[in-house]
Amino acid sequence: MKQFSYVRVTSGKAAISELSKDKTAMFLAGGTNLVDLMKSGVTNPERLVDITRVPLATIEATKTGLRIGALAKNTAVAEHPLVLKHFPLLSQALNAGASPQLRNMATVGGNMMQRTRCHYFYDTALPCNKRNPGSGCGAIGGFSRMHAIFGASDKCIAVHPSDMCVALTALDAVITVTGAKGERKISFGEFHRLPGDTPEIDNTLQRGELITAVDIPFNDALQQTHYLKVRDRASYAFALVSAGVALSLKGNNIADVRIAMGGVAHKPWRLKEAEAYLKGKPATEEHFREAARLTMAQAKAEEGNAYKLTLAPNTIVEALKLAAANGNI
Amino acid sequence: MKDDQLMNEEHSGTSRRSFLKRTSLMTAMALAPETVIKAAEKGLDEKIAATIETMPLNVTINGVKQSVRIEPRVTLLDLLRERLQLTGTKKGCDHGQCGACTVHIDGERVNACLTLAVTTEGRDVTTIEGLAKGDELHPMQEAFLEHDGFQCGYCTPGQIMSAICCIREGHADTPDEIREYMSGNICRCGAYSNIVDAIMDVKQGGKKV
Ligand SMILES: Cc1cc2nc3c(=O)[nH]c(=O)nc-3n(C[C@H](O)[C@H](O)[C@H](O)COP(=O)(O)OP(=O)(O)OC[C@H]3O[C@@H](n4cnc5c(N)ncnc54)[C@H](O)[C@@H]3O)c2cc1C
Ligand code: FES
Ligand code: FES
Repeated sequence: MKQFSYVRVTSGKAAISELSKDKTAMFLAGGTNLVDLMKSGVTNPERLVDITRVPLATIEATKTGLRIGALAKNTAVAEHPLVLKHFPLLSQALNAGASPQLRNMATVGGNMMQRTRCHYFYDTALPCNKRNPGSGCGAIGGFSRMHAIFGASDKCIAVHPSDMCVALTALDAVITVTGAKGERKISFGEFHRLPGDTPEIDNTLQRGELITAVDIPFNDALQQTHYLKVRDRASYAFALVSAGVALSLKGNNIADVRIAMGGVAHKPWRLKEAEAYLKGKPATEEHFREAARLTMAQAKAEEGNAYKLTLAPNTIVEALKLAAANGNI
Repeated sequence: MKDDQLMNEEHSGTSRRSFLKRTSLMTAMALAPETVIKAAEKGLDEKIAATIETMPLNVTINGVKQSVRIEPRVTLLDLLRERLQLTGTKKGCDHGQCGACTVHIDGERVNACLTLAVTTEGRDVTTIEGLAKGDELHPMQEAFLEHDGFQCGYCTPGQIMSAICCIREGHADTPDEIREYMSGNICRCGAYSNIVDAIMDVKQGGKKV
């Protein structure tokens, strides 16, 4: 790991001001992604601003929803009684990610900001437009087993690896960030971006801004949830494809539904068209299949990830079945 | 030049400054950020020494207060193994992927390889060396012996540190639950079934972990 200077701060204000002192400076939260990337030489900040002691780890109910501080640990969120009560999908998604040790370290803000696990991004000897703009995308025509089937570009087919973000996208969360110019809100779906011609930019956070909280609006109708993660081993592996579903039934009809997917795009992938189709329809496999078919109309694969064209719709259908049956299949 | 070697030099009593004076320009460039490279280009070894900062760190490890000076880039794992000679905690992957480096910080299990040591200021760290009371092994250590919870033993310190928290967190009620909540510890010898047995045994024995 290269040398860097280190400063520990205890307020958001100090964090923002310390970050501005070096154009390569970065915030350090749990470190589970950043320290890894620094060891690999992918990210080389000359200054780290340790924000782990900034008091932004509270999880509390507001009038309209649940507010989760950006420095709340993944474990703390997954096991919080208010999260379990109101947003079981978030808890399920978090618990499907990484390992207990990593979840004890990882924070909500860091999880959102984690970078792709694309092999070409991690290996500094290989071409990657995300790490080294203009060097090309090694995954296109290369090893693309983990890669995107939605919204990719000819510059980058990497996926965002987070499980937590799939749930937060489905649950219409809103992010609060603070910078030198003050506070602003970003809806979760607008936070991460598609690669286009600038895959080096993962999201819409501006340099110098600190994520302070995530708000999830209460919607207690959406109590039937399931997070289905398909991976190479039963646990402690990134998703090949995942689907998060939250729905409510009236009789056997779908009163309301939210669906998002992971492992399929450069951002957590919300299935709005499928949701609109399913609303009001009976919760049958036939309708789930049609919702999946509508979603897959936009899909495009490389040779290496062509299997996802089958795996993704099956995952959608299975997750919907499990949510509709409340896990009792 | 590896971080480890840098620390060993310091440990053996050679001062960082004189050590750096002895190193070649090339070595300095290999480990240095821009600022240092600039200093090095001017041939100013003194300046190189001045720019490679160490920081004070006060941390309690296995009940003993430690005050050391370290570079910010040193991980807790390297501090334990290379500087404090607490080599019970193992380095498997060094990237958060195996769990061999699992230790407790303020009672919670974490990966020491992804923890920068400077971030543990004021914290309480427990390693495998901190479990036994004199000659009396911790119940989890006993159970691993009794159930053959290992073959080569390389992953074992991490497994034991993780297993203790698995019970403390309330995630050891069934073999399936144990398997899920021990998934952050890989065993290349495949001692998994005996590890699960050991944890079940401790859990059912009801001894305080
Ligand atoms: C072996 C392994 C397996 C994993 N498996 C999974 C998995 O299956 N599913 C999954 O979802 N994730 C997985 N992860 C990734 C893990 O979830 C992330 O590394 C973690 O969530 C990052 O959070 P952190 O607090 O450690 O971030 P850090 O590493 O500290 O920071 C990451 C980035 O976020 C920035 N940042 C942090 N906080 C803020 C803030 N408040 N405001 C602005 N910027 C901020 C940092 O500057 C940095 O750029 C895995 C990681 C490893 C190492
Ligand atoms: S050495 Fe830390 S997880 Fe492998
Ligand atoms: S006992 Fe050999 S790796 Fe686990």
